[in-house]
Amino acid sequence: MSVLDSVKFDADGYLEDPKVWTKEIAEAIAKREGVTLTERSWVVINYSRKEFETKGEAPTLRAITKNTDVDTKELYSLFPGGPGKLAAKVSGLHKPTGCI
Amino acid sequence: MKTFLILGAGTGGTMMANKLSKRLDRQEWKIVLVDRDETHYYQPGFLFLPFEYYAPEKVYQPKRKFVPSGVEFILSDIELIEPDANKVTLTKDKQVIHYDQLLLATGTDIHPEEIEGMNEGGWRKNIFDFYTFEGAMALRGFLKNFNGGRVVLNIAEMPIKCPVAPLEFMYLADYYFKQRGIRNKVDLVFTTPLSGAFTKPVSAKLLGDVMTKKGIHTEADFAVSGVDSGKNTISSYDGREIKYDLLVTIPTNMGAEVIGRSGMGDDLNFVPTNKFTLQSDKHQNVWVIGDATNIPASKAGSVVHYSAETLIENVISAVEGKELEAKFDGHSTCHIVSGNNKSLLIDFSYETEPLPGLYPFPVVGPFPLLKESTFNYLGKLAFKWVYWNIMLKGIPFPLPPEYSIAGKQRVA
Ligand SMILES: Cc1cc2nc3c(=O)[nH]c(=O)nc-3n(C[C@H](O)[C@H](O)[C@H](O)COP(=O)(O)OP(=O)(O)OC[C@H]3O[C@@H](n4cnc5c(N)ncnc54)[C@H](O)[C@@H]3O)c2cc1C
Repeated sequence: MSVLDSVKFDADGYLEDPKVWTKEIAEAIAKREGVTLTERSWVVINYSRKEFETKGEAPTLRAITKNTDVDTKELYSLFPGGPGKLAAKVSGLHKPTGCI
Repeated sequence: MKTFLILGAGTGGTMMANKLSKRLDRQEWKIVLVDRDETHYYQPGFLFLPFEYYAPEKVYQPKRKFVPSGVEFILSDIELIEPDANKVTLTKDKQVIHYDQLLLATGTDIHPEEIEGMNEGGWRKNIFDFYTFEGAMALRGFLKNFNGGRVVLNIAEMPIKCPVAPLEFMYLADYYFKQRGIRNKVDLVFTTPLSGAFTKPVSAKLLGDVMTKKGIHTEADFAVSGVDSGKNTISSYDGREIKYDLLVTIPTNMGAEVIGRSGMGDDLNFVPTNKFTLQSDKHQNVWVIGDATNIPASKAGSVVHYSAETLIENVISAVEGKELEAKFDGHSTCHIVSGNNKSLLIDFSYETEPLPGLYPFPVVGPFPLLKESTFNYLGKLAFKWVYWNIMLKGIPFPLPPEYSIAGKQRVA
């Protein structure tokens, strides 16, 4: 039994309803994605949640690095691969909308 | 007299000056247009300059030529906008303009300094942009003497103006080197922070297939961390390193610095704008058009054109004290030149991604969507004439500005 059993995800693995997110869910998603969360990861997650609450969407990488003390290099080590998508996923937010 | 102030006399500012001069009561309103540059560039032409498909003098004309009579044109940089005090300070003579209504049309510029090492030793030696006239001309000079090696194109981060231009550059490079008989000596590599050739799933697949067919290698999810112009390599945050002989960069695109300075922009100096009404999110008498906005539509001339139809109606409603009724739907049309005198066409909106089919009319088209055709290419070439003679003058096309699903094929 995992906390993830009781919540719904979209086809790409993003939480369907960002409002049901909890810290336990974040830990469980991170585990599922194969990343370990550190104190530094939480700086990014907390900022992402805050941004979501005011703006309704996940912050861009540029916004994260500009408004927290985490720089891009560290961001890639905390959320390897695609930090924008992975940080949004762990923070329980929808997939960041790519710009056109 | 009331003042309608327009900052930026590029595509959007010029178009709106023409529309406003016809629609505002000239007994009541004075229209003032400010730009720091005397020359208007036809930016879509920058794509063709490096390959010598256009003569340089075809892509520029004096700005004043397109300023309607009775509109005051001031040549100056803008120092500061103070929207809470309804005033703007120009650099020239520190002139202060008090306005009743303000339109921001200051566009976007490239910022190579945002990427580590980009504008150092190799800049304009074997690293070039083609989003500026100077960059495109310098690249033209370089390509003339280039006889083989690896050409790497990099998109630094999204959003960028005309997001299809980098793809077109790759397609045209393939064609250009073939024409010169040296395609077998050239490696073409396309590096992008996106997960594919383009953002939207259906077109990304189709446009990616065109890349593969032309033997262009795509490095997707490539988030550039820096350039080493001693070693001639470009690196990504996930540890990939690619050697180049020629690096073509689409650097970070940002809104005008004066927007940032005036505290009116987001992290990239784009102005938070209502995507339907084109009114600034913060100030009711401030309007935004074109590349300067943060709306989720392409930063393209076609979007400027379609959205101007909405904007003029809303501005007129606002000055007459009426509700804003016109709503922009995010309509965008892009020609994608694919080489060999062919091009593809995509047409989309906020709601609907680019789909195959025919444009603008079902069955008869005549332009096929998302498919290479010579007819589309003629359309792209005609665009230059349409731009100088119809668009800038604010004359409506004989085509509906709203996006229409008719003629498009839904793809499962
Ligand atoms: C290579 C390339 C290819 C393209 N191809 C296409 C295409 O095929 N189809 C298409 O539809 N679009 C295309 N575009 C995009 C199109 O050219 C732009 O989207 C369009 O010109 C934007 O218009 P705008 O009015 O927002 O900005 P601009 O036309 O760029 O005007 C902004 C103006 O503001 C002025 N300005 C800025 N800051 C200041 C200041 N501080 N003081 C005074 N003046 C200032 C500038 O001098 C400029 O004149 C292409 C662009 C490029 C670069």
